[in-house]
Amino acid sequence: MAGELISKGEAAVERGAPAISVRDLRVKYGEREILHGINFDAPAGQTLVILGGSGSGKSTLLRTLVGLENPSSGSIWIRGKDFASMLESERDELRKKMGMSFQSGALFGSMTVAENVALPLREHTQLDQSTIDIMVRLKLNQVGLSGFENYMPAQLSGGMKKRAAIARALAMDPEILFFDEPSAGLDPIIAAGIDDLIVALKKAFHITILVVTHELASAFLIADRMILLIKGNIVADGTPDELRASMQPRVRQFLDRIPEKELTAEIDYLQMLTGEIPPERQ
Amino acid sequence: MPFAQEIGAATIDTLAYVGELTRLTAGAARAVVIDPFRGRKVRYGRAVHQSMAVGVQAIPVVSLISFFVGLILALQAAYELRRLGALHLVAGTVALSMTRELGPLMTAVVVIGRSGSAFAAEIGTMKVNEEIDALETMALEPVHFLVAPKLVAMVLMMPCLTTWSDLMGVVGGGVFGVNSAGFTWHTYLQATLDAMVRRDIFIGLVKSVMFAIVITAVGCHEGFTTGLGSEQVGKSTTAAVVKSIFLCIVMDLVFTSIFYITAPR
Repeated sequence: MAGELISKGEAAVERGAPAISVRDLRVKYGEREILHGINFDAPAGQTLVILGGSGSGKSTLLRTLVGLENPSSGSIWIRGKDFASMLESERDELRKKMGMSFQSGALFGSMTVAENVALPLREHTQLDQSTIDIMVRLKLNQVGLSGFENYMPAQLSGGMKKRAAIARALAMDPEILFFDEPSAGLDPIIAAGIDDLIVALKKAFHITILVVTHELASAFLIADRMILLIKGNIVADGTPDELRASMQPRVRQFLDRIPEKELTAEIDYLQMLTGEIPPERQ
Repeated sequence: MPFAQEIGAATIDTLAYVGELTRLTAGAARAVVIDPFRGRKVRYGRAVHQSMAVGVQAIPVVSLISFFVGLILALQAAYELRRLGALHLVAGTVALSMTRELGPLMTAVVVIGRSGSAFAAEIGTMKVNEEIDALETMALEPVHFLVAPKLVAMVLMMPCLTTWSDLMGVVGGGVFGVNSAGFTWHTYLQATLDAMVRRDIFIGLVKSVMFAIVITAVGCHEGFTTGLGSEQVGKSTTAAVVKSIFLCIVMDLVFTSIFYITAPR
């Protein structure tokens, strides 16, 4: 596949070459460091799943990748440019090539589904209204929401909201698509439908997809590569098969869903209470 | 020393707050005044939509309140003027009080209650629902997209509403004047016009534009700084109303003082 171009943009990317490269990324909220020097590559045209439990820093990582948080140090290379250190106007240009689907959907409550999807097109392109209407119908059809153009977001079910949000993220024909917890809060059947949609989108458009999730079943279904993030550090990076076969204790603990070990020795517990051993060492 | 430190900290906080409001207003003003020349879209449709909400739909309540305030002013003024046998001065008293002071202020209070609170609630809810984040990831600057149309609508609509409020106040005073002070509608309006100079209306309109800026900046700022959770949206809305009223009255005092000092003798 080497040499095949998947984008005709100014910085065309070869398939297999990283679409996003993150180097030594550190993010702080005040004094507290959430991400402790993250390194990874997201291969172009593939789906990278960032796995991690609650408080692992995976949402912070995603927010940093789309520019909602600023890293305290490190770099994020997207299309050959450092996203972390560029001007806001340059970032906006790059953002037009990126789509983001939020955990809650984040549809604009005061607009219909069609207006939500049309918004980026209306704001960033010179297309006339009839063309935009066609594009909106096309995008809604791609996510299986034909006929829901004039619904308000509040009238949609959870799964439909997610689909509408994906249609909006697809509006500008993005090269990179980000998903924050795509199946959170959905029943297994609806969640499986969203997983199928993500796989179908990758196949149909060769988009680079980054998914942040803690749902194991969903992650193994959609991932080409996986990263396991624990307490702000990457503990595993590989294909789903490599992760499945990994004997690393922390990978096994996450995949086999083993709860945090309780402090067994009474002396440890006493030391923890008196502050002689910090909680991280438990 | 702690007391002095507290004063210092409070001063710094206040200055920082005013700085934030100024930055927000400047950002929105830039979107309206400078960005069109850089080929960026101006959202006229949204500004018109906002103008309907903050201006046109406020007309009934502004009318009613201003009418009553005009009537109250006439009654209060007549109470004292009657003893001096100067009941004919009621028309001028009502006209000057309305155009210079109560027209802009009453309009501001109504608009704060209707729109300032709505700005905070709208933007606060959008923040809680990640909609503000969604705008940013779509390369849509929230200040340009949300604040600029509101600022345009407010700066255009507040002087209009204030003028209407002045008129309704005069009508309210006129109801008293015609029924209890021996005026006819014609003589009452003539007395009103005789008492006023153009400067009186100008002062009121300048104040109304300043109030428009304060209400927009405070309402939007409270929305953007909403904490997480729907309870916080309620708190921001309340804070927007209280802070807007306070700042509008401070602003009123400043401008009334300036106009008093610079008044031609």
